[in-house]
Amino acid sequence: MNEDLCYRQEYAVRGGDFSRAGEVSRRIKNLLKELGLDAAIIRRAAIACFEAEMNVIMYASEGTVHLAVTPADVRIVVDDRGPGIPDIDLAMTEGYSTATKEMRELGFGAGMGLPNINRNADVFRIGSDPGRGTRLEMTFARDGRPS
Amino acid sequence: MNLRDVLDRLGGELLTPESDLDLEVTRFFASDLMSDVLAFTGPGELLITGLANGHVVSTAAVADIAAVVFIQGKKPSLQVVAEARESGLPLLSTPLPMFEACARIGSVARAREP
Repeated sequence: MNEDLCYRQEYAVRGGDFSRAGEVSRRIKNLLKELGLDAAIIRRAAIACFEAEMNVIMYASEGTVHLAVTPADVRIVVDDRGPGIPDIDLAMTEGYSTATKEMRELGFGAGMGLPNINRNADVFRIGSDPGRGTRLEMTFARDGRPS
Repeated sequence: MNLRDVLDRLGGELLTPESDLDLEVTRFFASDLMSDVLAFTGPGELLITGLANGHVVSTAAVADIAAVVFIQGKKPSLQVVAEARESGLPLLSTPLPMFEACARIGSVARAREP
């Protein structure tokens, strides 16, 4: 256990539940505000978290968002149970998407999600087990660059 | 340019009555793709969009969007308007189509740097 930990929380995300889309990201954003973090890092973390949350809702059956805030950084890990990503390099390509017409009509699924997480996080790791699920790990340095 | 100027230029309607019309906006972004809003905007921008569902409000909240203008007379549902009011996000609606709305704002606002 990290003794420097300021805050740790877990949130469940249900796949397919578009009516609650963004709820976890908004809660995390509000929490980071309450903790008094810099607006630029809050925005980067909220955007990346929202992209990851939307991916769980669009593609997976369920997922968990783990948030940890330390004096040095904000870490968000998103684990899901779902189809996984067979070709991660391809999925990281801007514009590549397997979204359905319905997802696009909602304004998402443009193939920008994973690249955008990569752009907003200071450290981004992605691992996937096709047929089982995907795990995203993002770190945002608290003394990091502006938005 | 503040929200009152935007309303005047667009012949628009304010959907969130308590919003502060003196709010200054200097940067603008037009898109129906929330993916692009998340990827290409900066904080405090005004979003012009033809998409009028709840995801616009969620996206705007996450991306620190200052206000949203719905074009073509579109208005989100009362529930979505209520969510926007709760999070203090001003919503405007204009009967103008996208190009005309952007052109009218663009005639006074400085073009957004890419």
